[in-house]
Amino acid sequence: MQGTVDSTPVVTGHELATHEEHQDLRLLGLITFLCSEFLMFAGFFAVFLVFWGSKAEWPPKETEVELLLPAVNTFILVSSSLVINLGTKAIKNNDLAGLRKWFGITAAMGAVFLVGQVYEYMNLGYGLKTNLFSNCFYLMTGFHGAHVFIGLMLILGVLWRSRRANHYNDITHTGPEMAEIYWHFVDIVWIVLFTLIYLLTLI
Amino acid sequence: MAQADISVAPVVAQGGHNHPDKWKWYDYFTFNVDHKVIGIQYLVTSFLFYLVGGFMAVLMRTELATPDSDFLTPELYNAFLTNHGTIMIFLWIVPAAIGGFGNYLIPLMIGARDMAFPKLNAIAFWLNPPAGALLVVSFFVGGGAQAGWTSYPPLSEITANLPQTLWCLALVLVGTSSILGSVNFLVTIWKMRVPSMAWDEMPLFCWAMVATAILALFATPVLAAALILLVFDINFGTSFFKPDAGGNVVVYQHLFWFYSHPAVYLMILPIFGIMSEVIPVHARKPIFGYKAIAYSSMTICLVGLFVWVHHMFTSGTAPWMRIFFTISTLIVAVPTGVKIFSWVATLWGGKIRYTTAMLFAVGLLSMFVFGGLSGVTLGAAPFDIHVHDTYYVVGHFHYVLFGGSVFGIYAGIYHWFPKMTGRMLNEPLGKVHFVLTFIGTILTFTPMHSLGIQGMPRRVAMYDPQFTDLNQLVTVGSYILAVSVIPFYINVIWSWMAGKEAGPNPWNAMTMEWTTASPPIIENWEVLPVLTHGPYDYGFEPKEAATGEEALVPK
Repeated sequence: MQGTVDSTPVVTGHELATHEEHQDLRLLGLITFLCSEFLMFAGFFAVFLVFWGSKAEWPPKETEVELLLPAVNTFILVSSSLVINLGTKAIKNNDLAGLRKWFGITAAMGAVFLVGQVYEYMNLGYGLKTNLFSNCFYLMTGFHGAHVFIGLMLILGVLWRSRRANHYNDITHTGPEMAEIYWHFVDIVWIVLFTLIYLLTLI
Repeated sequence: MAQADISVAPVVAQGGHNHPDKWKWYDYFTFNVDHKVIGIQYLVTSFLFYLVGGFMAVLMRTELATPDSDFLTPELYNAFLTNHGTIMIFLWIVPAAIGGFGNYLIPLMIGARDMAFPKLNAIAFWLNPPAGALLVVSFFVGGGAQAGWTSYPPLSEITANLPQTLWCLALVLVGTSSILGSVNFLVTIWKMRVPSMAWDEMPLFCWAMVATAILALFATPVLAAALILLVFDINFGTSFFKPDAGGNVVVYQHLFWFYSHPAVYLMILPIFGIMSEVIPVHARKPIFGYKAIAYSSMTICLVGLFVWVHHMFTSGTAPWMRIFFTISTLIVAVPTGVKIFSWVATLWGGKIRYTTAMLFAVGLLSMFVFGGLSGVTLGAAPFDIHVHDTYYVVGHFHYVLFGGSVFGIYAGIYHWFPKMTGRMLNEPLGKVHFVLTFIGTILTFTPMHSLGIQGMPRRVAMYDPQFTDLNQLVTVGSYILAVSVIPFYINVIWSWMAGKEAGPNPWNAMTMEWTTASPPIIENWEVLPVLTHGPYDYGFEPKEAATGEEALVPK
């Protein structure tokens, strides 16, 4: 602080003028936001764990989860994270067609995941209100599903905008990158969720 | 990234030039992305809600002037109690201290033209008025939420369901606003300082805002989780917090306090920042212990995340938790003490100017020491168990929130009003305001400690007649506080229209916001300033001339 006067570089106004338009900070902002968003899920995870720790039977007999469909769903969602990465890699090489192809595939995989989720809900034989476990189950997977839906909308938004000439290219591609990061976030949350609800409850 | 910069630059460069030279009054009622407009929007909105919350407090104190319930119905009393707390925290102190001062000052202090995400910033502000509207509406659709600002289940799940739901939604809105604002603060301070400004050359207010933003980012979403579960319990038949269906009410308390204890630091850290700006300027001395103050903010931020159970010592908490959280709570007193002593050491031997801003800052110092010490007593489980849910707690947190946060907001207003409006506040009127506030605060909140130790429970509209005398004293004090805002609001309105011209740097301060015009031009500077000295180098000659502005040279 006080002693740093000497080291201050002399910068004239003209040089500073180039600094005025700061770099694109949107990715950083999104990551900061997602750190915060993750803590909301962490709150749900904590509630789930506390209930688990205090109950003799978790999940209770009549509300057990099935494993096969969610496992397939997990495979689809995790792979889609790799696919979307191919999309942003493509646009970084100025390959718009590649971006649209891979983002299209990711969107389809996301949609399949959501459909699978709804199918699972309809075939479980118990609902949100059945018991404490089903409360947690539907709330957590439901909130995650809502986030998948938002991510899907972001991807479709990128696809929609990609119709404009030169909207995305090897220099400006923050939009696809943000969609990708959000999609990874959704994926990471799901991995924790899947482990908690489906895998660890098997033990 | 570097490539992107160059290509984007011509498109956005001087992008602000499609705006007028000066904002008109009606621009302040629109979705404006200028951080200074947003700062003023936050401040004016929060000062309006301050009156609403204060009005509720006065009505409650009038009820409590007698032991019987003879002025408000008990339900209305409960609704006022709930909404007084909610409004004062979420629509007054938080938006004023973080949204108002933070948005207005951060870009000016670090030499940026705006926040990193101006549109996001405007969105964050505009989430606040609907939240306030929801709380007001909740009074007309079922008498307002009545479960206290903590809204513990099962009470919150069995009383006034619709207003309680609206209350939850209002809090989710302000919580979202807080998160979006924090993303903005963190990225702005991190990435948008003028190139010549290192981390430890930032004004201390910026450090305080970094700590505040981190806390808000980590704690607020957990509150959102708790409120979502509560809304599901109330409206959709789940049983997270219903013990008869296997749920657990203490889980709510944990989630709630995981946010709401850090919320205490959200309300005081920016104020600490304001203190660190106001005191050196008006004492004409370099701040004592810059690094100690900066890092103690970060320490409070870190430790503050691990103390929440001290609100729950009587919730069947396990003994090891009581021990752990007593210790962690007492540890928070250390960085706070570091700050207090640093400010006192800054005052020591300074050429103190008793401006109203300085009076409020010094007033805060004494009030906060008192409130902080009663906080230490409450942090110790053995004592807390005796006074839990009594007026002792009410006295304690009003000392830190009113004597601390509100005094700090006042100090900040008296200090930066000239920068924000270009006009000076009236000093004699300000001193009347200070004296009334100081006396009112002591008279209102000191007897509460005594009442609490004698066993008067909080959150009651009726009480045992043996407590009457002290309660009447408190009520008189609250009336003085109510009167104390009158000179302030008159002062602000009158000075804004016809006050003395301030000039760019009326206090001869050295931080960067004083190097531009008052009020600052729309993009803050014609040419961005260059840092030639530290923020508090009073008494040091700058070694290089600044950008020609004499204001930078200390007298």
